[in-house]
Amino acid sequence: MTGSPAPTSIVVRMRVNGHDCEMLVPVRLTVAELLRDRLGLTGTKVSCEMQVCGACTVVVDGDPVSSCTALACDLDGTEVLTVEGLAQGRDLHPVQEAFMEANALQCGFCTPGFIMMAVALLDACRGADQDKIREWMDGNLCRCTGYAPIETAVTLAASRMGAGSRGDDH
Amino acid sequence: MTAVPRSDAWEKVTGRARYAVDMALPNMAHAAVVRSERAHARIAGIDRAEAEAAPGVIAVVTADDLGDLGRRFGHIVPDHAVLAEGKVRYYGEPVAVVVAETPHEAADAAALVWVDYDDLPALTDSAGALASDVLVHEQSYTEPGQEFLGVAPTPSADNVAHRNELAWGDAEAALATATTVVETTATFPLVYGYAMETYNALADWQPGSLHVVSTAQHPLMVRKELARMFSLPLAAVRVEVPYIGGGYGTKSYTKLEPLAAAASWASGRPVKVTTDVEAAMYTTRADGAVVTVRTGFDAGARICARDIDIRFDTGAYADNSPLVLTKSINRSFGPYRIPNLRVRGVAAYTNTTPASSYRGFGAPQGALAGELNMDMAADRLGIDPVELRRRNLLAPGDTIIDGKRPLDADLAADIDAIVDALDQHAADRDAADRDAAADAGVRRGRAVAVTASDAGASPISTAQVRMHADGSVTLLVSSTEMGQGSRTALAQIAARELGVDLEAVAVGQSDTRFTPFEWTTGASRTTTVVGLAVQAACADLWDNLRAKAADSAGIPVDDVVVHGGRLHLAAETLTPAEVIRRWFGADAGEVVGVGVIRRDGVTEMLPPFWEIGAVGVEVAVDEATGEVTVEHLVTVGDVGHAINPDLVKGQDLGAATQGLGIALWEEMIYDGEQLTNPNLIEYRVPRLRDTPRRVTSVLAERGDGAGPYGAKGAGEGALNPVPAAVAAAVGRAVGVWPTELPLTPPRVWSLLHQAEPGP
Repeated sequence: MTGSPAPTSIVVRMRVNGHDCEMLVPVRLTVAELLRDRLGLTGTKVSCEMQVCGACTVVVDGDPVSSCTALACDLDGTEVLTVEGLAQGRDLHPVQEAFMEANALQCGFCTPGFIMMAVALLDACRGADQDKIREWMDGNLCRCTGYAPIETAVTLAASRMGAGSRGDDH
Repeated sequence: MTAVPRSDAWEKVTGRARYAVDMALPNMAHAAVVRSERAHARIAGIDRAEAEAAPGVIAVVTADDLGDLGRRFGHIVPDHAVLAEGKVRYYGEPVAVVVAETPHEAADAAALVWVDYDDLPALTDSAGALASDVLVHEQSYTEPGQEFLGVAPTPSADNVAHRNELAWGDAEAALATATTVVETTATFPLVYGYAMETYNALADWQPGSLHVVSTAQHPLMVRKELARMFSLPLAAVRVEVPYIGGGYGTKSYTKLEPLAAAASWASGRPVKVTTDVEAAMYTTRADGAVVTVRTGFDAGARICARDIDIRFDTGAYADNSPLVLTKSINRSFGPYRIPNLRVRGVAAYTNTTPASSYRGFGAPQGALAGELNMDMAADRLGIDPVELRRRNLLAPGDTIIDGKRPLDADLAADIDAIVDALDQHAADRDAADRDAAADAGVRRGRAVAVTASDAGASPISTAQVRMHADGSVTLLVSSTEMGQGSRTALAQIAARELGVDLEAVAVGQSDTRFTPFEWTTGASRTTTVVGLAVQAACADLWDNLRAKAADSAGIPVDDVVVHGGRLHLAAETLTPAEVIRRWFGADAGEVVGVGVIRRDGVTEMLPPFWEIGAVGVEVAVDEATGEVTVEHLVTVGDVGHAINPDLVKGQDLGAATQGLGIALWEEMIYDGEQLTNPNLIEYRVPRLRDTPRRVTSVLAERGDGAGPYGAKGAGEGALNPVPAAVAAAVGRAVGVWPTELPLTPPRVWSLLHQAEPGP
């Protein structure tokens, strides 16, 4: 093969938590590395690095994504939401409030990932029932709580946020 | 006391809570660890030239580069090489560390460090290691008179990392004359605690000082080992521990800190070392165990003797395993009246990941065989297994181990609560309209198990309360917050003792430069032992306030009476804030109280409390697949007094869920020299949809603990009996007693087919 070598860095333009940004990123950089190491958004946690634990979940264009195994260069043209972008000023997102109220955390390391997964679920499907909640939350691991309070929290948030969805068939 | 929300909840739901892995220092470099690709081999040579020439590399560090630094650490046996020297002892052992400007550059260069090995025979199971002439360690590292928590390390020889025993009466003779003798052997798997924040450490060495931020549960223990390694005074070593992303005992004692500190020393830069899950599984696991229990009963089904053999697979380095073994011995025979006892334990060095503490600390290993044995005995004796336990249980105030604190719990009442809950579930099931087809091909079993652990570790604890000029309080302790909620519960105690609102109490982060001495954060000790230190600090604060009130008023201190959160003088009543401001003559100043707990008074007798595990389970076994579903889990938190009931229930459910993981899914599998499942896909932990269909969480609050307001610890208890209870319940469902965990579908399917009548 001939031709110019593949670029080692690419310029990406994206919106992160409502702010436009444009960055030159190495092609090997993961979304989690971009968020944590370049943007200082350390709320997103990395654990299994294999899309098993869900701790690194962020929402990209409405869908939950494991940021540990997604490449930052693929974010070009997307809108990224992380746990830091949920609260409106001092007002927490209903999912965050429900996690506090249901005591749905201990060490807290899995919490941002669970919250972002729940936000994605309730955005896609406002009236999510118990089965749907269990199905979605089964993709995240928690080692402290035994899950019951987390299920309670998401159920609480679902009931408060009411029915309706953004229309996708989830 | 009342349920109050966690003080850390806002930080944690907004992503603002800081963990060690989030921390950075100016000019920080990053390290990647070169790990052994052999289980047991001599290091013939290390070629680092290519790595040193790689982009961004600052230093490549091997054992040869450590200069005057201590080469080994280990709080009981100083056997643990900071970097492998001469030989490697397990697959994944750190051989070199590469320091570079970025994590990517460090990782790339680490792959360019070439290590030549001369293979040695690998010992990957404990029985084989004890029988082998091949030695994991050719020398003993222990010194005469050395001990840790009363455990004197065994000089290593014949691959014995530690040996201990406990005996009274004459077990052998009593077994010879027993009416019935029942023997059980059970294998407890090698498990990995999987704290979701994997081990990491950031070290900043400067001449005469060392600053470390890490995931350590016991910062003061780490400080001591680093001070020794660097020949520094304790005060020159600062270990800072922000929120920990899960501990469960797996972050006890020293892990990556010496590596990070050595890398910082060698490179002259602050250096961060992290692990992925695979490297974490090469850092620490729990001791695997094979335990044999023989119990003799008299004609009335009363225990006349128990004889127990415990063999641990402790891995390549001792870490805390000598203490875990000793605790396993103490916790293996159960809270029963046993006139004759002999327990012998041996921990074997093998060429596998070093084992150490994990929630329960030897109790689950011992209880698996011990409690399964009680169920097998009940069957043999033709007695209900709960009745057999009732007949043999110790009563409150009875001696479990001579010279230790008498039993401070009512186990018969705990078991009654479990049976009531299990019966209720069965009744609800029978009452419900059910599709008979749903029960086809399903076998059910239920079991109860109970454990008592000598908990609380060493009662050495210091707390400091600083009351400010407005009456609010900063509480300083070195207990680490790993999710258990200690900052919340300790703040509740301080608020109650000082008569201030909870919002007026701030709790500082553990930092050895600023927070006072604490033995450890483990053994479920914090609420009890540190809680007592907080109470003592508050009492000291009141004394100091009284003295200052008296001094300002020019009256004898005895004329100042504290009552209802106020200081009463003959002429007036003052708030603490008024006393402070008046004494300093300004709207300023603060008064400090210090509380110290040692082996004295209420904590003179060890253990500070017995931590009870009392659980029941009902399981359903799918005959076609061997899959086990936990239909009902019952936990009893026998905690004396629940300072924060939600937190206690959270501990119980979390601990029991980890127990279910060990019972049903979790196992590190070695195939030859190498761990075959070093990832969360093949090492399966419980997920949301694996959890029990129904959970009953009971709190037993009888005020029978030595801690504040009658409290005892929680945290480990609900894990300890769960693997045994699940094994017994599956055994009852299937008709064959399991002999090893986890009870994966293939294993249970095999049991089902053993149970089928032969041709």
